[in-house]
Amino acid sequence: MYGEQTSQIQPGIKVIHVDKRFGKVSVLKDITMEVKANEVFGLLGPSGSGKTTLVKLIAGMAEPSNGEVYVSGVRMPNLNMLNNIGYMAQSDALYSELTALENLAFFAALVGLNGAVRKQRIEEVMQLVNLANFLKRPIATYSGGMKRRLSLAIALLHRPQMLILDEPTVGIDPVLRKSIWDELRNLSQSGTTILLTTHVMDEAEKCTRLGMIRDGQMIAVGAPDELKQSTGSQTLEDAYLVYGGVRK
Amino acid sequence: MRVRSLILRIVRQFFHDKRTLALMILAPLLILWLVALIFNGNTYHPKIGAVDIPRHIVVSLDNQGAVVQSYSSNAAALNALSLQKLDAAISFAGGVPHITLEGSNPSKSKTVLLLVQKVLLQPANPAPSQMQPPVIRYLYGSATMSSFDNFGPVLIGVFAFFFVFLIAGIAFLKERTTGTLERLMATPLRRWEMVAGYVVGYGIFTMVQACLIAWFAVGVLGMMMNGQFLYLLSVTLLLSMTALTLGTLLSAFANSEFQMMQFIPIVIVPQIFFSGLFSVDNMAPWMRRLSEIMPLYYGADALRNVMIRGKGFSAIWPDLCVLLAMSLVFMALNVFALRKYRKI
Repeated sequence: MYGEQTSQIQPGIKVIHVDKRFGKVSVLKDITMEVKANEVFGLLGPSGSGKTTLVKLIAGMAEPSNGEVYVSGVRMPNLNMLNNIGYMAQSDALYSELTALENLAFFAALVGLNGAVRKQRIEEVMQLVNLANFLKRPIATYSGGMKRRLSLAIALLHRPQMLILDEPTVGIDPVLRKSIWDELRNLSQSGTTILLTTHVMDEAEKCTRLGMIRDGQMIAVGAPDELKQSTGSQTLEDAYLVYGGVRK
Repeated sequence: MRVRSLILRIVRQFFHDKRTLALMILAPLLILWLVALIFNGNTYHPKIGAVDIPRHIVVSLDNQGAVVQSYSSNAAALNALSLQKLDAAISFAGGVPHITLEGSNPSKSKTVLLLVQKVLLQPANPAPSQMQPPVIRYLYGSATMSSFDNFGPVLIGVFAFFFVFLIAGIAFLKERTTGTLERLMATPLRRWEMVAGYVVGYGIFTMVQACLIAWFAVGVLGMMMNGQFLYLLSVTLLLSMTALTLGTLLSAFANSEFQMMQFIPIVIVPQIFFSGLFSVDNMAPWMRRLSEIMPLYYGADALRNVMIRGKGFSAIWPDLCVLLAMSLVFMALNVFALRKYRKI
């Protein structure tokens, strides 16, 4: 291990021997992983495998029972670090009585965006997720996919160094999904570290590297092609089955 | 500032949800008004049974708005009285009027007595000096029973408390159930900022509610008001603050709006029983002391002191201090309860 000083200037995410228990139920078992800067790292696993719990530990919303989590070299949870993280929850955490603009303004203020900068960023992110024409509409009138896109827009507001997206593209149509993925790649090339969870295999293919999670354990880590090659599988689904011990 | 943005958001939500706003602000007024109508109604026509009384008295009772019915004997009238067909029975014995009141409802008794007194003092009757004062008896109850003026101040407290408790509690709960609370914990918002934002954001509407209730009770309903309006306002406001902080705290222990409603019989109803609406003198002494942990008890005590006894700050400051202390404790506990969502 490097000392504290060197790790502080290291971008990216480090998870070291992390366990998470809720009461007697063990949700994460000895997870160790690393996400490098400029990577789009995907966590692949079925629902209930512990993806969301792991993501919350990294986003600083919960503390591991054992082990350590570092974001850009800072031990999590850490309040100041939260300003550098853009988080998109699995369930759309929006205020349905308010309009999209009011939701955006609220979350923008929480991360310290004000005045002209706030206004400009709100316009930019809403263009990006193709919702610019729906700014004044109350969230109650939004469809499921529109809410997902707005959640993503909120996560992007403050240009965070680190994007943590829990199931970002559920309910979004293929055309828009492609444009969101293009944008994620752009962000990653300009230096943003992206961690996302998914249970959709074709989406997992688009990640730089993948971590496969099953029953709270990391069963494999690697680039999608690597994972397929080393198991001799045609698809990621097959590879997942091999690593999960279901298929030889 | 983050607290300010939270406050702004709450205010905006309120204006998008006008029905909840109306419930919080207008419902207490509506209920107070209904209670005032029931207990203060001056259009009530009392039913009086007359046993062998002079014809001109029957006529003037009638003129005063009473519904007079004649009975042949005292026994028959008393029987009708006990069956609640009459509010009072009047007879003369040796030139002295005897009035028997049903008595279970103080406002009806009062109406009857006022009316009968007016009739007996009329010039058509013998000069008042010659007239023996009437003998008044009560079938049930007594002359000293309370009236709206007596429990009105407590009602102000009860309704202010009830609606703020429920609405603030459910709003905070919604923040949990929709996942926005968890989402907020992924922002640099601190737990105390969250609680403070709610207290001030809702406090704005609570203040409007307190002002309206106080003005409505005194100005429109004409509730007895012997003290300073400012004291009435500060007691109502502090009591609502306690309800606000308690409601948001208890929402941590509810998983749904339905479970929040379940706090009504547990948190609200016992407080109403101990608030002074009902006499607790017959209760075991240790049980009576339960009232000492109830915010409404202190609020009602202060409200009565201000409105009925016309007392000032020197009499109500202990109550105000207790309410303030309770609010601060509930806030602190809530900041602690939010640890469930984020440890720092």
